Amino acid sequence: MDNYLLIPFLPLAAFFVNILFGKTLIRDKSHWVSLFAVVCSWVIAVMTLFEVIGGRTVNRDLYTWIVSGDFRVSVGFLIDQLTAVMLIVVTTVSSLVHIYSIGYMHGDKGYYRFFAYLSLFTFSMLMLVMANNFLQLYFGWEAVGLCSYFLIGFWYEKKSASDAGKKAFIVNRFGDFGFGLGVIMIFLTFGTLHYAPVFGSVNGIVGKTVDFLGLQVDLPTLIALLLFCGAVGKSAQLPLHVWLPDAMEGPTPVSALIHAATMVTAGVFLVARCNPIFVLSPPAMNVVALVGAVTALFAGTIALVQNDIKRIVAYSTVSQLGYMFLACGVGAFSAGIFHLYTHAFFKALLFLGAGSVMHAMAGELDIQKMGGLKKHMPLTYWTFLLASLSISGVPGFAGFFSKDEILWRAYASGPLGHLLYAIGALTALLTAFYSFRIIFVAFHGKFRGTHEQEHHLHESPKIMTVPLLILAAGALAAGWVGIPPLLGGGEHFAEFLAPVVGHAKGEGTHAEEWATMITAVILGLGGIAAAAFVYLRKSTLADTVAGRFSFIYRLLWNKYYVDELYDTIIVRPTFWVAKNVIVGVTDGKIIEGIVNGVPRFIGTLSSWLRNIQTGMVHQYAAVMALGAFVVIAIVLFW
Amino acid sequence: MNGLAYPILSTLIFLPVLGAAVILFIGRNQERLTKWAALAVSIAVFVLSIPLFTDFNRMTPLMQFTESHAWIPSWNITYFLGVDGISVLFILLSTLITVLCVLISWNSIKTKVKEFYIAVLVMEGAMIGVFSALDFFLFYLFWEAMLIPMYLLIGVWGGPNRVYAAIKFFLYTLVGSVLMLVGIIVLYSYAGHTFNILELMTKTYPYRMQFWLFWAFFAAFAVKVPMFPVHTWLPDAHTEAPTAGSVILAAVLIKMGAYGFLRFSLPLFPDASKAMAVPMLTLSVIAIIYGAVVCLAQTDLKRLIAYSSVSHMGFVTLGIFALNIQGLEGGILQMINHGVVTGALFLSVGIIYDRTHSRQISDYGGLATVFPLYAAFFMVFTLASIGLPGLNGFVGEFLIILGGFTASKWAGVLAATGIIIGAAYMLWLYQRVFFLETNQKLVGLQAMELREVITLLPMIILVFWIGIYPDTFLSFMHPSVQNLLERLNTGGQEVTLAGKIAEIIK
Repeated sequence: MDNYLLIPFLPLAAFFVNILFGKTLIRDKSHWVSLFAVVCSWVIAVMTLFEVIGGRTVNRDLYTWIVSGDFRVSVGFLIDQLTAVMLIVVTTVSSLVHIYSIGYMHGDKGYYRFFAYLSLFTFSMLMLVMANNFLQLYFGWEAVGLCSYFLIGFWYEKKSASDAGKKAFIVNRFGDFGFGLGVIMIFLTFGTLHYAPVFGSVNGIVGKTVDFLGLQVDLPTLIALLLFCGAVGKSAQLPLHVWLPDAMEGPTPVSALIHAATMVTAGVFLVARCNPIFVLSPPAMNVVALVGAVTALFAGTIALVQNDIKRIVAYSTVSQLGYMFLACGVGAFSAGIFHLYTHAFFKALLFLGAGSVMHAMAGELDIQKMGGLKKHMPLTYWTFLLASLSISGVPGFAGFFSKDEILWRAYASGPLGHLLYAIGALTALLTAFYSFRIIFVAFHGKFRGTHEQEHHLHESPKIMTVPLLILAAGALAAGWVGIPPLLGGGEHFAEFLAPVVGHAKGEGTHAEEWATMITAVILGLGGIAAAAFVYLRKSTLADTVAGRFSFIYRLLWNKYYVDELYDTIIVRPTFWVAKNVIVGVTDGKIIEGIVNGVPRFIGTLSSWLRNIQTGMVHQYAAVMALGAFVVIAIVLFW
Repeated sequence: MNGLAYPILSTLIFLPVLGAAVILFIGRNQERLTKWAALAVSIAVFVLSIPLFTDFNRMTPLMQFTESHAWIPSWNITYFLGVDGISVLFILLSTLITVLCVLISWNSIKTKVKEFYIAVLVMEGAMIGVFSALDFFLFYLFWEAMLIPMYLLIGVWGGPNRVYAAIKFFLYTLVGSVLMLVGIIVLYSYAGHTFNILELMTKTYPYRMQFWLFWAFFAAFAVKVPMFPVHTWLPDAHTEAPTAGSVILAAVLIKMGAYGFLRFSLPLFPDASKAMAVPMLTLSVIAIIYGAVVCLAQTDLKRLIAYSSVSHMGFVTLGIFALNIQGLEGGILQMINHGVVTGALFLSVGIIYDRTHSRQISDYGGLATVFPLYAAFFMVFTLASIGLPGLNGFVGEFLIILGGFTASKWAGVLAATGIIIGAAYMLWLYQRVFFLETNQKLVGLQAMELREVITLLPMIILVFWIGIYPDTFLSFMHPSVQNLLERLNTGGQEVTLAGKIAEIIK
């Protein structure tokens, strides 16, 4: 564990090697540099995990970063149970994505750049999860956002890609605005930004209120909600979810790594990391749970009607992240992290599977133009199916255990929990439906693309399918570390995390636990059955329903018009004000009017006054006489 | 006060002037020799300024490297120089920037080459003089002396609208400075006929006097910063100036306004500064948001960066008038950061302008493909400008927002919105210039020369250095800022706000 510093800094070194020498020297060998670094990180992360299981944790400062008066913050590292889990998730998925990318990005002119960015991302994400204070967390937070920006806009010649990257960065800044203020509030409240002293003295702020912009607000609630703003942005929750679907412009391995398995889960990590603060504020917890639940349902409905395979999976990600927040909001932080961990496998697998399909279809994304891919790409099909079974919560698969844990904890948490459970269970139905819609539309039936595409259909090379197989193993088995006692398991995952995030509260009978589980499973299977019925048997039914409920269909197809709304109320007015009010009026007319007006006035005044200076003596004499006359008149007659 | 064998500050002030005088005697047709001479002088000055960095005692708030000679005894005017933790870094910044300015102008200045380098070197001497003068008369002399070379730089070597921009710059700043001159004379006569700044700082002034003098000095400093609403000279001057002029303006000249607040307004008028903190914070917040929003409507590269300076300098004044240690140190650091980053952005624009002769953003697009190394440099500066953690802008902005938030939650919150808009306009700029399809006019651009890379390299190093290990620079400031805060809190008499208003009204 003493070499834990290598975990983030090896990928950083790989970044520098590739960015400096990739273009000229290393070129198409760039992957070796990055892959070597991340695999080494993975090995050390695994060793670290075992040491943490053995009871060792680390909290050590590297050096003092910023000092100003009583403000002091270090660059430092914390490795505890939560960090250890995140290290495994990040390095595992990152390693597999590196391998997959060797095939997927083969021949791209930015090959070295791609691997450089992957390494930089891995470094940033590791810094984020290993931070021992809020400012370093913020560093990692912004740095992963930067890498996301680079990688979404990787093919920067494309306007849509560079637009999407920019949008991701700016939308995230809205969330980080709150996050940053939260960090400042933490410093002003606790006098430090390091986790240990903050969480250690957190009970001292219970019941305190603070004046915030004229409102008296509960201090823990304020801090928790400000931090949550950041989580909402990074994890693409309502109302800041708009960037994630657009982020699909990036290369697909990036979608798998950054926009499914790791970076977007940073928000969940943040809430779990700050659980001592969140639990002090029931209102904040309710906000977290409700935002999560509503987002899960909202994104699930949108995913029902989309045709772009990556966007369906992206909305699915938004929806699944909602589950994780739901879990955190009901106090079941370990369930949230558990879902984060299983989700990393099956969602990365779904994306890489989609990438494999795109690879075969020359970049085609529309599932309506696919069909019958099963026989051309069996490995992709079977692994994709496995991931879909996992996300649909079919018993035995990884997704089942984590989702069941969340739903049960939600139900058990109280009256609001029942509602949350209902939303979650309904979303489970939607999840199964849209996931299997992809399976049935894209992989079954007849091929609907062009002849040329059909001619080229092929299974992806081994360098891409091997990562699929490894992830498939995870999508199947990763959940077995958290089997609940009800099913004869030991809940090892929750027990492992308990020192950091505590135990979920809430009580329930075995009968209730069975009932919630069976209901959710039935809904999930029902979703699969419904998808099979609609897309395998009655292929016209989908169009009929869409036609019958065209308003709802259009609403979902257009993603509830949220992008259009933001464009109308934020983007365009801002540009309008900039152009027409500030440049046009205040700067252009008022300030410049005065600035140029004063000299012009003086100029006019003096050219007018100049007329008096005629140089003609008789005029001067006349004026003088007139003046004398007036003066005398005043003196005499006043 | 220092162990150096020579008067370092005088050397730094007069060596460039001496160099300029030597260049005067170089033949007009010997342009190469002129350039090399200017480069040699600027490098010599930079090297000679390094002891300020290495030999500076970071434990004391006192003035260091002081020199004092009677100059005009009948008016009690002395030639008095010295630096403390607030000013020392700016001298180093000035000496570095001058070297880079000489380098960046190497091929772009084709007319009146000799006069150009003379102006740059004289400018350097005057700038260092401003930052080291401890006698008000001397200070004012340097302060006004700066105007002349800058006026010429803009007016002679500038763009098409250079004459308008130069006159506007000159008059704008002169009007402000004259009010300060009146203020200086009032101080002189009130405090027993002394121009000695350190002595003036030990006295207390009646609140009413502080109030009026605060605003008199404000006129000079606010124009220089520039604060809203006296900022409109800046976009014109920046845009029309030659690259070196824009760089000096952005990196050093506009720092003098903020430096003036720190060096004079706060310690001389502590009560007025405290009482006026709210209006100052308000103006700062307006500048941050206003300056940022204006950037969204710009079509000219240099104009956009110029307006972004209004926004960034808003952060600086916000930090200063937060009147707490994080705000002040963040403000000073951000002055350095802004000098580095905006200076670098203008240097970068100069590099591309030399090739394309266009400042219109719409003339670009896809530069990343044809000019990749340059794109990488520009990206680093863009990210530093939008305050990415790990780069220099973040440390300053974070401390400023922390300080601002401590002083007034509204100020902190509103200032933080500037960071959102900042990301929007800078990334949009970057997209339009570097991403998208390559504009056919840009195909076949000549790659970056070694000279250009060397010019940008120090800036890159500073961006990372300050971002990763800001302690090197913050540690210069601690004692001086602490001392300033003590002066603020104990220097003047305590007056309630109501009492202050009553006193002004009567």
